[in-house]
Amino acid sequence: MSAPDPVPPALELRNLRVDIPTRRGTLRAVDDVSFAIAPGEILGVVGESGAGKSMTGNAVIGLLDPPARIAGGEVHLNGRRIDTLGRGALRRIRGAEIGMVFQDPTSSLDPLLTIGDQLVETMRAHLDISGKAARARAVAALEEVGIPGARDRIDSYPFQFSGGMRQRVVIALALCAEPSLVIADEPTTALDVSVQAQIIALLKRLCAERGTAVMLVTHDMGVIAETADRVLVMYAGRMAELGPVREVIDRARHPYTAGLMASTPAASRGARRLYQIPGAMPRLTDLPEGCPFHPRCPKAQEDCRRVPRPTLAADGGRAACLHPLDPERGAEDVARAAEGTAR
Amino acid sequence: MSRMARAWDSDLAYGFRRSPLAVLSLAVLLMLVAGAVLAPLVAPTDPFDPASLDLMNGFTPPLTENEFTGERFLLGTDDQGRDVFSAILFGMRISLMVGVLAVMLAMVIGVSLGLVAGFRGGLVDSVVMRAADVQLTFPAILVAMLIFGVAKGITPVEYRDQMAIWVLVLAIGFSDWVQFARVVRGATMVERDKDYVQAARLTGRGSLSIMLRHVLPNVLSPVLVIATISLALAIIAEATLSFLGVGAPPTQPSLGTLIRIGQDFLFSGEWWILAFPAATLLALALSVNLLGDWLRDTLNPRLK
Amino acid sequence: MLAYVLRRIGQSVLVLLVTGLVAFSMFRFVGDPVDNMLGQERTQADVERLRDRLGLDEPFAVQYWSFLTNAARGDFGLSYRQGRPVAEIIAERLPATLELAAVSAVLAVVLGVAFGIYAAIRRGGWLANAIMTASLIGVSLPTFLIGILLIWIFSVELGWLPSYGRGEVVDLGWWSTGFLTASGLKALILPAITLGLYQMTLIMRLVRSEMMEALGQDFVRFARARGLPERAVTLRHALRNVAVPVITVTGLQLGSIIAFAIITETVFQWPGVGLLFINAVQFVDIPIMAAYLMGISVMFVGINLVVDLSYLAIDPRLRAGAGGRT
Repeated sequence: MSAPDPVPPALELRNLRVDIPTRRGTLRAVDDVSFAIAPGEILGVVGESGAGKSMTGNAVIGLLDPPARIAGGEVHLNGRRIDTLGRGALRRIRGAEIGMVFQDPTSSLDPLLTIGDQLVETMRAHLDISGKAARARAVAALEEVGIPGARDRIDSYPFQFSGGMRQRVVIALALCAEPSLVIADEPTTALDVSVQAQIIALLKRLCAERGTAVMLVTHDMGVIAETADRVLVMYAGRMAELGPVREVIDRARHPYTAGLMASTPAASRGARRLYQIPGAMPRLTDLPEGCPFHPRCPKAQEDCRRVPRPTLAADGGRAACLHPLDPERGAEDVARAAEGTAR
Repeated sequence: MSRMARAWDSDLAYGFRRSPLAVLSLAVLLMLVAGAVLAPLVAPTDPFDPASLDLMNGFTPPLTENEFTGERFLLGTDDQGRDVFSAILFGMRISLMVGVLAVMLAMVIGVSLGLVAGFRGGLVDSVVMRAADVQLTFPAILVAMLIFGVAKGITPVEYRDQMAIWVLVLAIGFSDWVQFARVVRGATMVERDKDYVQAARLTGRGSLSIMLRHVLPNVLSPVLVIATISLALAIIAEATLSFLGVGAPPTQPSLGTLIRIGQDFLFSGEWWILAFPAATLLALALSVNLLGDWLRDTLNPRLK
Repeated sequence: MLAYVLRRIGQSVLVLLVTGLVAFSMFRFVGDPVDNMLGQERTQADVERLRDRLGLDEPFAVQYWSFLTNAARGDFGLSYRQGRPVAEIIAERLPATLELAAVSAVLAVVLGVAFGIYAAIRRGGWLANAIMTASLIGVSLPTFLIGILLIWIFSVELGWLPSYGRGEVVDLGWWSTGFLTASGLKALILPAITLGLYQMTLIMRLVRSEMMEALGQDFVRFARARGLPERAVTLRHALRNVAVPVITVTGLQLGSIIAFAIITETVFQWPGVGLLFINAVQFVDIPIMAAYLMGISVMFVGINLVVDLSYLAIDPRLRAGAGGRT
């Protein structure tokens, strides 16, 4: 029942919840996640491994590994609800309206088929075109992602490309049916540092040209800082902070975000020593009472332990924290406080 | 070492208690082995004693009174009036003996060849491993048949029946050494390059004997797993060969021989002469097989 | 690529030479071939003539070589027991075994692959579970017991199918076939199931586990994320990627089918090469054993070679890397 907007967001999540039923009870891998991505916007999603970033992405395209399943909330794509669609309808959306880029291009591509075959089969699954036309478009798509000599290399196998080139092929595959949203799940993590920036720049340029919205999942704050318009910080399956990228980086309000910034070389330019957030993210099996971050939080107070977990509403839609940081002092505040508690 | 051994034992024991299938298999196996070992004491009659056979008792169905003699037999009798139950107990003796001896032979051959090949390397290693490859090209049962045929050809005619059991052990044992050799060779090669062996070599001491002490404990559990699975295969191989008439002779019938004999009576309706030996063979092979599977999963998940 | 092919062929030749040596040694050293061939009534002159003809006084290597060249021409001498040329006896028996093996192999491969894929896709479904349980029993049952069980049910109790022999056969020159008569086809059913069942379960279990592994791989995930139809994901991507291990094992299993035919042929008194071989073992008819061994090894080696070469057709990485070390 969404209010009819003039331009609906490319992707909108409303209170998304993903459960994993196990023998010892149900784990809530993604809890109460809501955000929207406007057409052409890039939303960065950051957090430690296991924070629920990838799980959120998989839930959107309907490819959760069983027994994980969407247990609540809604997913809207361009104003149309898609989490209730049947398997066949969802299959037609994948690739056509939502493109996906995975972490490791080496294992993402089928080693036994040429890249041309894989491009053509993807286009023909979604577009009503002949094999010949699809092949011509495949060459164009490869040229666009910067594969030199695309016309000759279209019949090459994935193993004949370098890692960076393979990821370009993966991007071509993700975009070849002109989707309105791309979910890129750690697209540079498996690549050499030297080509990471090229791949991010390529992704950013192609999506900007097409007006494609991007959900960029990564744990690399540096990538987010250079690429994203807005950023969502996730912690233990929950939203910790959501806001415009410069705001969040320069004036973090959630102590976790501040800690994350202080521990990233690129984002915390001033800091002499990298900060470490004490402890580790709790396992989903034993989440603490109250705010899930409080055992590691240098600013935790008595009520953080007691009061049921806060939502973004606790800080006017910005940070899920009962005692958000003073925006002007940000990270240093946290670092200092952390050093105090560590001693 | 002893503490490690204890931990290993207790882990094994713990896993065992938690696997009902393994417990059941072991129970069935122990019962069968006990029956086989104690056959002379347990069996109602001695199937090899012609004096105990009464042709009048022939073809008595299980648990039914014989119409001439009025005797009853738990599992019936065959055409000779032989008690099927006793024949099975004694047949199992042969089957188990051949199986166990054959596996032991295969183990001795395989472990020694693996040790030598792994330790010496070079030409010896290539010869042993190529031989293993060539042999693996053919199914073990075929190799066993060939060995059986050749051994039979070498044995003088008058001894053939007496020797048949030993020839079987030889044939099955020689057809099944490759797995053992491969595992031991791998472990030996790992150990060979370690410092203490190199040091022993430099001082001119017998590095092989030192190494034995280090290699053997390492390969204990995979060898145990292979031996158990091999035992199931050996029991089936023996039964198959005997069924085909190239194994245990009718004078010393194993389960396979009994099944071969029983097959003749299938059409005339005396099903029990066939069914009970067959069921026993199945129980034996299946229980060893399940135990082997369980051991493999517990001790050595990566061994296949 | 040429080097790869040559290396494979070299290995095959080596295997053949070794089995040839074994076969020759059997022939030469198990019993005295002269004794075996001449029987009781013989003169010293007969013995000398035969020794000379067989070349038994030549050096070992020369004898081995002439054994090999004769074998290559299909000449394995006379059967000790039947006194006829071995090649002739085998040629009579071969069609029966090959027809049985072919039907079993098709059965095993088609059903094995189909059930394997099904069990992998519908993992946890009741039918998939039932198939897996049945396969466990199939693996543990000795082949001869399966045959007896089938005879018991379908021949003795139901009386539907014959329990032995080939039924009526039609002679087509040098080939006799059971495919052309109703009784021939009926007679084929039980032996073919017996022979194929074990291989089928093996192939099925392999296909299932390989498919399950492949279905969990990233490229399958990515294929799904690209919105490909499920059938293309499983058949075009997952299945193609499990083809190499499946073909390897299937190839070996096809070879085993011929060898395991010995057991099936005995159970069903099927007049093929296997039955001939087992009788030869019983009566120590060495020339037939030697010929069988050589025939089987040629077949195994041939299958292995075809399997190796088929990798090249499937995997582009091998095609590219086959010249060097792979």
